[in-house]
Amino acid sequence: MRVGPARGQPPHLVDAEFRAHFKIAAGSADAFALTADDFVALAKTYGRMGGLDRVATLVKAVRAERGDDKVLLLDGGDTWQGSWSSLQTKGQDMVDVMSALKTDAMVGHWEFTLGAERVKEIAESAPFAFLAQNIRDREWNEPVFPPRKVFEKGGVKVAVIGQALPRTAIANPRWMFPDWEFGIREEEIQKQVDEARGEGAAVVVLLSHNGFDVDKKLASRVKGLDIILTAHTHDAMPGLIRVGETVLVGSGSHGKFVSRLDIAIKDGKLADIRFKLMPVFSDAIAPDAEMAALIAKVRAPYAADLAKEIGRTDSLLYRRGNFNGTFDDLICDAMLEQRDAEIALSPGFRWGGTLLPGDAITWEAITNATAMTYPNCYRNEMTGAQLKEILEDVADNIFHPDPYFQGGGDMVRIGGMGYAIDVGKPMGSRISGLTHLKSGQPIDAARKYVVAGWASVNEGTQGPPIWDVVRNHVAARKTVSIRPNDAVKVRGA
Amino acid sequence: MSSPIAGLTRRSTLTAGALAAFASLLGSRLAFADDKMVMAEIKKLYGDKSLAEGKIKLDVPEIAENGLVVPVNVEVESPMTEADYVKAVHIYADGNPQPGIVSYSFTPACGKASAATRMRLAQTQNIVCVAEMSNGALHMAKANVKVTIGGCGG
Repeated sequence: MRVGPARGQPPHLVDAEFRAHFKIAAGSADAFALTADDFVALAKTYGRMGGLDRVATLVKAVRAERGDDKVLLLDGGDTWQGSWSSLQTKGQDMVDVMSALKTDAMVGHWEFTLGAERVKEIAESAPFAFLAQNIRDREWNEPVFPPRKVFEKGGVKVAVIGQALPRTAIANPRWMFPDWEFGIREEEIQKQVDEARGEGAAVVVLLSHNGFDVDKKLASRVKGLDIILTAHTHDAMPGLIRVGETVLVGSGSHGKFVSRLDIAIKDGKLADIRFKLMPVFSDAIAPDAEMAALIAKVRAPYAADLAKEIGRTDSLLYRRGNFNGTFDDLICDAMLEQRDAEIALSPGFRWGGTLLPGDAITWEAITNATAMTYPNCYRNEMTGAQLKEILEDVADNIFHPDPYFQGGGDMVRIGGMGYAIDVGKPMGSRISGLTHLKSGQPIDAARKYVVAGWASVNEGTQGPPIWDVVRNHVAARKTVSIRPNDAVKVRGA
Repeated sequence: MSSPIAGLTRRSTLTAGALAAFASLLGSRLAFADDKMVMAEIKKLYGDKSLAEGKIKLDVPEIAENGLVVPVNVEVESPMTEADYVKAVHIYADGNPQPGIVSYSFTPACGKASAATRMRLAQTQNIVCVAEMSNGALHMAKANVKVTIGGCGG
């Protein structure tokens, strides 16, 4: 959902509008992979998506078809974080499998929450390039990582410029990488493009963790980019989006898709691009045996814990709504009960798997939605005025009409409190009608409320890790049911 | 690098999770500068002289990563010769208790009129830069810096 020029444009289309735009039949496999309505029924027909062993099968098939020396494999980031085993191994499990996949280059965002030292350690030793033109050392303003790398593929020079999430130091704890500064650095990207062309690059790619809307604006302002591989906002689109001479590719998230681009070069210039967003249907693609064995090996120390059933769900548990998701409702319920709070705040993260009604809630399912390096669930007092200020601030981060002022992610999820939002209004006047749900009373700006939340960007936040809070709640309930949530009234969309 | 922002409101650098500490801050908020105070400061130096656009490249982040140390880079287009050079550059912030951030003096010997520093910004606000040329002409540039609590991107 967006305001301004992005409104009604892909990727801000859902369900019937999305299918109409990309000419997808309702009820088809693509409809299941790319849209949300009828999800439970379609999930039963088409099964799960993703799995790096399946991705490996696809990648190997492309390598076999085109020749190893002609394939470039790029990863848009958020790869080393988001599971229990990646948390326990400080990202090593993912580094190992992505190395085995023969990844050529990647960019980062959640990677940085492993801390500066660990990221440098991996970047300096991994077989793939870790690129970031927009991370600078605070003291000398020098690049921390290589900004770009030129690959020679099929006799053609392909320059890949890396872009980390420009808002990492705001969206995530700055104290974990205190000496680094980020930002979009548009003029520096232009310099990188010009230098790469000067070195004879026939194709210039921006491997970007900017988020789709930021990349779309950037494409209209930076000249000479052939392709932007977008990430961060998790948009999967089965067609290329063109902005001037640049094409944008949205490959989704969670390893559910592999974007294949076949590029023809003529007279040292890009002459043709063919694109296929390849959905990774787990039941339709045979797992690659080597990769399956490697995954089993890196998971082995945690496999027994991961499989443990904590409880079951009666409801579809998912993450991605603009204002809430049932998995977030579960996390908020857990905080309200386990931390004895009046109001719960849960960040609008877009990562974590989906569970179908009747599924077991395993330790793996809980940690897929919560495993991170700053998990402490705080319990604090906030006034009604402070709660409104937080909602206004986060809403501006999402609904600012200028994408360069957006940070990605979804609206902070609230338990125990309802509100109305007019997304088209300016900052400070979007949020109204704050209501304490339990009492039905309006939130008093001057009164203090007991608030529980997690993923605070502040150093030294106190409280149990959120996964323990959720586990205790699920274990106590045995079977969880999430009531329909209409606590947020949305206008202006 | 910068774009205007609609509907400015007075903001504070509160951070979710540090709100207990923040509560005491709220009570003792200082009187903040505004656009008028910035214009008054400029008037003190230059009277009612007109301020032209252009020539100044004012580079600030759209969103501050740390309100305590926001980088600002300024570069003024000029041949920097005895006949034509930049004499002074002043930087102001319209949302801080005191609008004046820094003033730089230049001579032709500087070779180019550029400077960089860091400033502390209490809230989302405009940064205003005024350049005085050797012929007395004045130029002005303005950019908005957003100071946000962040913490929810993902």
